[in-house]
Amino acid sequence: MRRSRSSSAAPRLPDQQGHFGQYGGRYVAETLMPQLLELERVYTRLARDAAFQREFARWLGEYAGRPTRLYFARRLSGRLGGARIFLKREDLLHTGAHKINNTIGQALVARRLKKSRLIAETGAGQHGVATATVAALFGMRCEIFMGAEDVRRQSLNVFRMKLLGATVTVVESGARTLKDAMNEALRDWTATVRDTFYVIGSVAGPHPYPRMVRDFQAMIGEEARRQVLDAAGRLPDACIACVGGGSNALGLFHAFRADRRVRLIGVEAAGRGLETGAHAASLTAGQVGVLHGNKTYLLQDETGQIRNAHSISAGLDYPGVGPEHAYLRDTGRATYVTVTDDEAVEALRLLTATEGIIPALESAHAVAHAVRLAPRLDRRAVLLVNLSGRGDKDMNTVADYLGVRLT
Amino acid sequence: MSRIGPAFAAARAAGEAALVPYFTAGDPDLATTRELVRAAVAEGAHAIELGIPFSDPMADGPVLQRAAARALAGGTSLPRVLELVAELRQEMREPIVLFGYYNPFFRYGVERIATDAAAAGADGLLCVDLPPEEAADLRAATGTTGLDLIALLAPTTPLARLRTIARTASGFLYFVSVLGTTGARAALPDDLPELIARVRRVTPLPVGVGFGVSTPEQAGWLAGFADAVIVGSAIGRLVEEGDRRGAPGRVATFVASLHAAMHAAARPCVGS
Repeated sequence: MRRSRSSSAAPRLPDQQGHFGQYGGRYVAETLMPQLLELERVYTRLARDAAFQREFARWLGEYAGRPTRLYFARRLSGRLGGARIFLKREDLLHTGAHKINNTIGQALVARRLKKSRLIAETGAGQHGVATATVAALFGMRCEIFMGAEDVRRQSLNVFRMKLLGATVTVVESGARTLKDAMNEALRDWTATVRDTFYVIGSVAGPHPYPRMVRDFQAMIGEEARRQVLDAAGRLPDACIACVGGGSNALGLFHAFRADRRVRLIGVEAAGRGLETGAHAASLTAGQVGVLHGNKTYLLQDETGQIRNAHSISAGLDYPGVGPEHAYLRDTGRATYVTVTDDEAVEALRLLTATEGIIPALESAHAVAHAVRLAPRLDRRAVLLVNLSGRGDKDMNTVADYLGVRLT
Repeated sequence: MSRIGPAFAAARAAGEAALVPYFTAGDPDLATTRELVRAAVAEGAHAIELGIPFSDPMADGPVLQRAAARALAGGTSLPRVLELVAELRQEMREPIVLFGYYNPFFRYGVERIATDAAAAGADGLLCVDLPPEEAADLRAATGTTGLDLIALLAPTTPLARLRTIARTASGFLYFVSVLGTTGARAALPDDLPELIARVRRVTPLPVGVGFGVSTPEQAGWLAGFADAVIVGSAIGRLVEEGDRRGAPGRVATFVASLHAAMHAAARPCVGS
């Protein structure tokens, strides 16, 4: 009897209809279905197309600044007195976060599909800036949808997007945050699908987006796995990343999925605390439902109405999560924990003070869990934290939170 | 068997296209919705679509977004809409289609909604964000309880896909007339007659046209080549512009004007 290789023992996910177990799929209006089927057909080919992959790698290297460094946070680790903490420095990428990896990839796909206009939703503004950036780079028109509440929190990023030539459309519906921006982007796309490519910013949305975005972020983990083997001589005990939609987390986790002894830990935003209801922890405290094109865990009431999420971090302020995370949660391959606004700000301050690195509030959630975990482990242990973005954009929010008035 | 096929066939036999007004259930409250449906039926509506309000109506324009928000603010939920359907069924014979987004149906339970909607007296379900690829469970459940699961077609739907959708559809096919969300358009696409003719070549099912239809003139034009005309946002606007007590009267006048325009358009067909 033929023995199957270990890599083929697990099913390749998603399946042909875009399902990760019961999650994922394509739940969209009929108007968009033909475009999604076309995108799937074209992307499936490009994923195996050596010329396309070379072009993608070239832009990542020459333009975005890959590979990013793996940095041993010596003083932070020493202060905590336990595991060695390594930071994957996605914050050093062009535009300041991992989002640029994905937008370069999708813009290249959009060019193959002969689309002349890019649209995107954005929460913290990082994905909006990254999309506006590649639109400028490739000479494409660009419109970014952003909730009014996020426009207020992230005014610097709004200015950056406009400077990059994008139109920023302020969304006033619902809670006026990321979920509502995504509704509005989908509405626009339904009307403009013939010339417009929707650049989704996370491993969410209808198939093939969760798979495509994962592919466009997977180099994070591929690089980090090599780098940590070089630096520490071993695989990490745990990979830790924040999870809103979950693209930086899957980008890190994917390369470690077959390393059974490496724990994969996603950190959700507990906001003001799970018990207050003001949080964004859909995997921890949500139920299965369908929103924005996919089946996944959602914050919702018993009649299926979506609840508003809350996080101090605009990039985590979303009531859903990518479907592959839902699958990883159910199968137990990844575990998901939560960190409050308070803990995230505390971790931001600690990393800043000990290492001179100001993380994005999103990434500070991952740092906070490492801070919690490290003292419980011995000095041989290794924690790999994805520092998915830098904190410049959050200075107004943090100052507000700390009661400091910026003039 | 649902009442949809026979109702559309009866309208066609009378030389008319079916007039199908859409109401967001619970906008501004369920008691008013009941009055609005009564008024529409009295003025000649052949079937009714009841919208299940959803927090994130991605396929809707501003008017129906606001309607859903008002309905939710008033406490409307799917179980209460089913109660309304049961009440309406006591007094009317026209088909009722529940039109909504998938998540409220999914949370209610796929088999449970098929059973309870049929028991309440509804005739069909339509989920705007549930393409046939994901609809197997709901199709099986509605098939068991005799409800039609109404499928959507769009101007972007290619011919091969149209054939696939038509094969599993029942009741009628809902043709989305425009690219984009619900809401009034100054003009409908000129090529709609050809697009509808293309649908007719692959299926004997009736074809209804909706999205963007807001004036008697448009409804009259569509009545010349469609089996049903669905009007939603224009009614939502009448509900929100003006006082609650006057809403049934405003809607009655408007539905009567749609009916008159469609009747006039259809008249040349009578006796042919």
